[in-house]
Amino acid sequence: MNKSLLISSVLHLILIIITAMSLPFLAKKPIDLPPIVSVELIQITDKTNIPFAPKAKKTIEKIKEKEKKLVSEQAPPKKVKKIKPDSVPMPEDKVKKVEKIKEDKQNPEKIDNEVKQVSEFEKKELFDPNNIAALIDKSKIETSETNKKTDKVTQDQQKNLENTGLSLSEEDALKAQIFGCWSIPLGLPYNENLLVRIKLQLNPDGTVSQSEILDHARMNKPGQGFYKVLAESALRAVKLCQPLRVPTTGYERWKELQLNFDAREMLEG
Amino acid sequence: MKRIFIIILFLILPAKAFALIEVDITRGNLNPLPIAVSPLSIDENSRQNFQKILKKKNIGIEISAVVEKNLKTSGLFNPLNKDAFLQEPDIANLKPRFEDWNLIKAQALITGKVNFVDDKLRVEFRLWDVLAGKEMMALAFTTVPNNWRRVGHIITDKVYERLTGEKGYFDTRIIYVAEEGPKTRRVKKLAIMDQDGENNKFLTLGNELVLTPRFNPTSQMVTYLSYFRNLPRVYLLDIETGMQEVVGDFPGMTFAPRFSPDGKKIIMSFAKDGNSDIYTMDLENRIVEKITNHPSIDTSPSYSPDGKYICFNSDRSGYQQIYIMKKDGSNVKRISFGRGLYGTPVWSPRGDLIAFTKLHKGKFYIGVMRTDGSGERLLTENFYQEAPSWSPNGRVLIFYRETKTNDKGEGFSAKLWSIDLTGYNERLVTTPTDASDPSWSSLLSN
Repeated sequence: MNKSLLISSVLHLILIIITAMSLPFLAKKPIDLPPIVSVELIQITDKTNIPFAPKAKKTIEKIKEKEKKLVSEQAPPKKVKKIKPDSVPMPEDKVKKVEKIKEDKQNPEKIDNEVKQVSEFEKKELFDPNNIAALIDKSKIETSETNKKTDKVTQDQQKNLENTGLSLSEEDALKAQIFGCWSIPLGLPYNENLLVRIKLQLNPDGTVSQSEILDHARMNKPGQGFYKVLAESALRAVKLCQPLRVPTTGYERWKELQLNFDAREMLEG
Repeated sequence: MKRIFIIILFLILPAKAFALIEVDITRGNLNPLPIAVSPLSIDENSRQNFQKILKKKNIGIEISAVVEKNLKTSGLFNPLNKDAFLQEPDIANLKPRFEDWNLIKAQALITGKVNFVDDKLRVEFRLWDVLAGKEMMALAFTTVPNNWRRVGHIITDKVYERLTGEKGYFDTRIIYVAEEGPKTRRVKKLAIMDQDGENNKFLTLGNELVLTPRFNPTSQMVTYLSYFRNLPRVYLLDIETGMQEVVGDFPGMTFAPRFSPDGKKIIMSFAKDGNSDIYTMDLENRIVEKITNHPSIDTSPSYSPDGKYICFNSDRSGYQQIYIMKKDGSNVKRISFGRGLYGTPVWSPRGDLIAFTKLHKGKFYIGVMRTDGSGERLLTENFYQEAPSWSPNGRVLIFYRETKTNDKGEGFSAKLWSIDLTGYNERLVTTPTDASDPSWSSLLSN
């Protein structure tokens, strides 16, 4: 009796231990797989639009040098060097200095230093509108000079763009605009080769000065009714979209543009 | 050598100089095209004459209203509100001021005039491209005044074709089974109407049960099934003359007689010796030919538009599915592989798609698939709907839909509906009574 009780209790104990050992396995959470992140690979262009590095380095250095020159034009250091720090400043010298400053009104820093020593009346004279206008004129000249220099930099970029077309964002902006304007004739067959190519001559503001269907002869051929309908819808889209969203710069690059209208993707559904 | 080099140089250099920036436009919008339908102008004398004959105050406005309604129901056009029009109809017909029409965002404009000439109705109309500022089309029709609605439909067909590239479907008729009375004692009559629900006429009295009327693709003939002394009988009916002819009595269950594309044969299924197979009957010599020979149930045959193939449904795989075969019954191939049961396949007049009814998880769908079974698209889902029939241009489907009855058996109705291939333009086709089993005719003006 005791023996069987002992065996039973031992077996029960084993059963409890096994259960206790195995249960945590059951309680284990399934492996959390990280969510799948879909990655879309976009083919950009074979050639970069950024100018070739050594060239860019040279042009940047050139700009830096010219900038230095510009700074020296604004504040000629030679004049500063002429002042002897050891010499005792005489009242006459001071007056001469002020006169010099009056003559050389292009240097604001110097004016600032001397303002403390001149009267309110003189202060007004220093900030007279003609001088400001002169300053603005000068700054305009400077900016135009720097623009010319930056133009030189973008010329290299343009050469690259001429080969590669519009940048991705420029092309996307134009596409998005025309997508909205083009009412696709839904009756067209999706399984026929219907590609309408339109060559546009554009004005700098994006308006179309001339549009030409490249396969114009096909429009009036018998049995090409679908092509004619597609071509007309494409022309309507171009007219409706005017002015086109073209880049603000590089007119020479996009003054002639070809749009290829292909509705197959949409018609197939 | 030097010459060759120069030639090569000449060939390369221009290519570089004319390197155009190309932009591919592969997407557009599917919004309906804004179109202005100016009322057709009419002189006072003609207006009074037509008022006497047709009891319509201004037939020019009535015709343009038909055109406008047709264009709107197509789902492809957005006719603009007439209140916004700045130009009077008579002036617009002579020379539209495109700036005015551009202002209200119209991309196309329809103008025209109506005249009373020798007791006849003469209609001129013009279609204008507002953005390009040019005339796209100008046509004139002369007909009897009573045909004024058809003139509206023909104008719509021409405009539709010019702007979408495919033939229209407006100058067409629909034959259907008109149903009246409680569900248990339904009176079924053959009825015909214009595609817009107007000019409804009953062709039979309702003494006998009529089923599955189908138009001949080439002429205004109809074949249908009627029960005579509880035996199914196939009839031919000439719509123009009203002449009716018995094609033959068939034993057992007979289904859905349908014309071949040339109109010379009828294809149908009937049960012989307990087995349903597909048969054709030559209408000239009345010879019946068995097309399928299989122990399964083969029904609902429909020819391809070139007459070389037949699609049908069969349960030979264990479930009802769609099959295609050559016109002699050879080369049977299953094309539907989706879940659920497929039935009533109908080949599109364009030849590219097959419409079908699908039953899946207690719901009925109307859908289309390519002729190889690929690209299945379900256009509409409902409690009960079936029997799609194609518009002659293969763009719109008409079918019928039944509503659920309540516990007392009330609330049942059967109505005709149309849907286009986009699946978005679903419309109720108004009929004076309940309706089922519609069939769309070919263009009347062809």
